[in-house]
Amino acid sequence: MKIVYKNIHLANSHTLAVYEANGGYRSALKAIEMGCDEVIDEVKKAGIRGRGGAGFPAGLKWSFIPKNDPRPRYLCCNADEGEPGTCKDRDILRYDPHLLIEGMIICAFAVGAEQGYIYIRGEFYREAERLQSAIDEAYAKGILGENVLGKGIRFHLAVHRGGGAYVCGEETGLIESIEGKKGQPRIKPPFPANIGLYNCPTVINNVETLASIPAIIENGGAWYGALGVAKSSGTKVFSVSGHVNKPGNYEVELGIPLKKLLEEHAGGVRGGWKNLKGVIPGGSSSPILPAEVCETITMDYDAIGKAGSMLGSGAVIVIDKSVCIVRAVARLSRFYRHESCGQCTPCREGTGWLSQIMDRMEAGKGTHEEIDLLLDICNNIAGKTICALGDAATGPITGAIRAFRDEFVYHVEHGRCMAG
Amino acid sequence: MNERNTISSAAKPRFSEEALQQIQEIYKRYPRDRRASAVMPVLHLAQREFGGWLSRESLDYVAEVMEMPPIRVYEVATFYTMYNLQPVGKYHVQACTNISCWLCGSDRIMEALKTKLRIKAGQTSEDKRFTLHEVECLGACVNAPMIQINDDYYENLTVDKVAEIIDRLP
Repeated sequence: MKIVYKNIHLANSHTLAVYEANGGYRSALKAIEMGCDEVIDEVKKAGIRGRGGAGFPAGLKWSFIPKNDPRPRYLCCNADEGEPGTCKDRDILRYDPHLLIEGMIICAFAVGAEQGYIYIRGEFYREAERLQSAIDEAYAKGILGENVLGKGIRFHLAVHRGGGAYVCGEETGLIESIEGKKGQPRIKPPFPANIGLYNCPTVINNVETLASIPAIIENGGAWYGALGVAKSSGTKVFSVSGHVNKPGNYEVELGIPLKKLLEEHAGGVRGGWKNLKGVIPGGSSSPILPAEVCETITMDYDAIGKAGSMLGSGAVIVIDKSVCIVRAVARLSRFYRHESCGQCTPCREGTGWLSQIMDRMEAGKGTHEEIDLLLDICNNIAGKTICALGDAATGPITGAIRAFRDEFVYHVEHGRCMAG
Repeated sequence: MNERNTISSAAKPRFSEEALQQIQEIYKRYPRDRRASAVMPVLHLAQREFGGWLSRESLDYVAEVMEMPPIRVYEVATFYTMYNLQPVGKYHVQACTNISCWLCGSDRIMEALKTKLRIKAGQTSEDKRFTLHEVECLGACVNAPMIQINDDYYENLTVDKVAEIIDRLP
């Protein structure tokens, strides 16, 4: 079942002509005829959860926008795609930008937003060009603008390019960035649904979430809700990278066994399943699952949560037995240190300490006590910062020590890697 | 604080007429009383116009054109890594070494780049043709390892391909 990737293999799939020839913008028309509340109801029925990482139900998020509020409302699309391992939205942006635009029109109509912004990571320069051409095409045909699809609704859409800061993928960091400031996240509450962009009610959704909306309107929330498994409905794109024979973005129904995803879609683990050491299931922030857990786990929000990790952005990073876990975690710790925005002390200082200790550990100069010190620092960051970047920095470390403590001990005792 | 965050000096620049018009277009994307929102796109444009980097004079000039306090422009320019505050070569080569690229051999790609360009990460070649940076995840993980040169991604790389790509640059 392909929903967000249904068109990407067509020739010139990024053009309006091809999009319209394949039923494009009919869902937007249908949504406008249905009415705002009915659209939100269908999205709620679909049960679609945010595909950016947090997994918050999209319909519920939309319903938080206050009614009868005189302030303008805004819709922001999060196309920052910064979580290491994640590159699923990029293929929507460059191969099917109109699907995203249609999803945004439907959402904007449902919540009463007349202005939308697509916040795209700055490095995606070519993707931003594609997106801009699609927006220009949509304006020229009256799909965007003062009279959307001739239905008397106003919706304007602009691209805002980021500047290479991971923290801007956090929704309030993203808002600050559109406002022309450093992308330092805001304290919540108030939530963006009430005080968002320019202090107005704002919906922020990920690219993949918004790109799923046209199919939900076309086929109904119940249809979408029946895909996948309970509490994890619909399809999800998994970016499978690392040690598999066929890395790629694969759209499958949620709840697929991880082993099936890797063996039937991604060509299997390099060197065979027995060569698997572990899988980071939802982007670099999600704790690693050791091979024995990968054997049986299914790819849905609840199952991965119960295993002590998270589905996150759906970036599946496959690690075989040649890899030293200590070195891998040291590399990730350097990333979080670099990306901490510096606003909260536990994260600003803590990510630096974690990275220093991990580098020392990797160089064979760590001590037994420092293994527990790492956990102690993690404990003093997680849940004690304004945004989730701090928690994210702790995920790789706590996960790796839980599953592969012996490799940390080996590093301390032998001064080198156990593997490789 | 690393050296990429330090602002440098250069001669005072000026936007072309075309760029000034583009700035007027950029303003239209945001509400009239929210001009500060345009600072990121205007800085991106300035960097293109002024040789791939932003000097203190360029930042002051952007502040002047946008009628903003210079400190607000400095804050943004120093926060986001894509604004180059040091001169860069004609080709800005950025190699991802984050987890997916690293698993797929980005260490070898980085070594190949250093050998080929005869510079270390963070340096610019003497002929000002190349600047090399090691960067964080660029979001092309299923096609790892990868590098970015100016606006373009080069994916599914091998050591041989890297040398070929560098040789083919005009």
